[in-house]
Amino acid sequence: MSTEMGNFETAQTLETFGFLPKMDQGEIQAQVAYIIANGWSPAIEHEHPSKSFDHYWTMWKLPFFGETDMGTVLAELDACHRAFPDHHVRLTGYDSYTQSQGSCFVVYEGR
Amino acid sequence: MADKSYKAGVKEYRDKYWTPDYVPLDTDLLACFKVTGQPEVPREEVAAAVAAESSTGTWSTVWSELLTDLEFYKGRAYRIEDVPGDSESFYAFVAYPIDLFEEGSVVNVLTSLVGNVFGFKALKHLRLEDIRFPIAYIKTCGGPPAGIQVERDRLNKYGRPMLGATIKPKLGLSAKNYGRAVYECLRGGLDMTKDDENVNSQPFMRWRDRFEFVGEAIQKAEQETGERKGHYLNVTAATPEEMYKRAEFAKEVGSPILMHDFLTGGFTANTGLANWCRENGMLLHIHRAMHAVIDRHPKHGIHFRVLAKCLRLSGGDHLHTGTVVGKLEGDRNSTLGFVDQLRESFVPEDRARGVFFDQDWGSLPGVFAVASGGIHVWHMPALVTIFGDDSMLQFGGGTQGHPWGNAAGAAANRVALEASVKARNEGRVIEKEARDILTEAARTSPELAIAMETWKEIKFEFETVDKLDVG
Repeated sequence: MSTEMGNFETAQTLETFGFLPKMDQGEIQAQVAYIIANGWSPAIEHEHPSKSFDHYWTMWKLPFFGETDMGTVLAELDACHRAFPDHHVRLTGYDSYTQSQGSCFVVYEGR
Repeated sequence: MADKSYKAGVKEYRDKYWTPDYVPLDTDLLACFKVTGQPEVPREEVAAAVAAESSTGTWSTVWSELLTDLEFYKGRAYRIEDVPGDSESFYAFVAYPIDLFEEGSVVNVLTSLVGNVFGFKALKHLRLEDIRFPIAYIKTCGGPPAGIQVERDRLNKYGRPMLGATIKPKLGLSAKNYGRAVYECLRGGLDMTKDDENVNSQPFMRWRDRFEFVGEAIQKAEQETGERKGHYLNVTAATPEEMYKRAEFAKEVGSPILMHDFLTGGFTANTGLANWCRENGMLLHIHRAMHAVIDRHPKHGIHFRVLAKCLRLSGGDHLHTGTVVGKLEGDRNSTLGFVDQLRESFVPEDRARGVFFDQDWGSLPGVFAVASGGIHVWHMPALVTIFGDDSMLQFGGGTQGHPWGNAAGAAANRVALEASVKARNEGRVIEKEARDILTEAARTSPELAIAMETWKEIKFEFETVDKLDVG
């Protein structure tokens, strides 16, 4: 390992998982499975990077209440990404018991 | 209490205060004491004395007792149990009628339950192990100013523990240099930083200067990272007036969160500040200086689970709970027991975790558990497993001791945290696979690789002093 002094450059990050490398399809699927296994409702939102600090992003359809098919969620993520290629797309797991979000991370970063 | 005439003198406590047939009411406040009496005094008499001295009784009969209905107001010792593995002490369970206590005042509850009785000569030691607060009483308390759910929404932090650090060195930095340390941590990936508890307003750094520079550090880090950030500005002060003055200014400089030391500052100050925070949209981080003086001795004092319950009632959005794995005292099961009391809406009796009563918290908001003290990246998978998502993990030395500085240290911790959460969500047993998970993550993070190298040898393996009572 290098003992040289390094320089950390500030990065624009997007909260949870913002410090990890881009996930591949298998990794995204595992996180979708986690949301479904917890009984949370998957939901998709998108927003232009210039407005990503806002609390509210634009919803892609309604949350997918009761959805247990990972394939459907992955297909919707992909559809949202294709419709808004320059937007960030994030996946949320709405937890109705805590009235919060059990999971939320950006799946596709806008270009 | 058949005798309605007044006879002066000294009666045995157990005549009136030992009531083994009593069935506690849902509205009663229940307490469990670990009692170590003087050798020649019977257990029932000691238990009754505790009930009497912590409620209506005094050492002598007095005529004015007959002007009221003490059957309605008295505390009752209603059960005695052996302490597993300890022949000297026993548990005494006492029920107190709710009307003995002023509404919304943990101050009043503690003044009775842990007041004069702790100096009582018939006792060698006395420890308050647990309190069951009736839901009727809980409904009179304000509790956390925001709570876990509201804090997550305000700060946009979901699906993971939050990450923080106490700014070091804890004393002696100028305000501007201190703000620099804050900025470096926040830009590197921490969600929040913290004033050390010792930092109030000393000659080397007056509070107003600190607040201004830290305010700028927060704004700049938010603009540059695109994430929401905060710093717990410690408003613990010599007087309530000064505390509120500082709180107002913290709000003015744009910090989302304040900090208070609830034991040294006191419950009256804490409850007042919690109310102020609720009215002003500020979060409240609670530090626990002095707790080990009160809670560490296994036979005397107040168990921390009681102090934690009192804090949730008094108000706070974060509370330090120990780390289990770091440099400070903390048994794993016992810690999990009081972490539940901070966060859950109902906690069932569980002696294996030192929980003596069912506790219904109703709709009182939850408090984030804060793990802080001697922890570093190698501990991350264990911390995520022990504390779960509703926690604040704070790495002071473990961030700022990084060979490349605070920002790189922060990034190392953030990568380790997110890798642990991701692996947990994938179904991996992260505490067991810690080495693999961190090594994998370090491949794309030189900051983490160097942190792992720096702290690979540091362990804190000492026996806990205060163990749970098991046979």
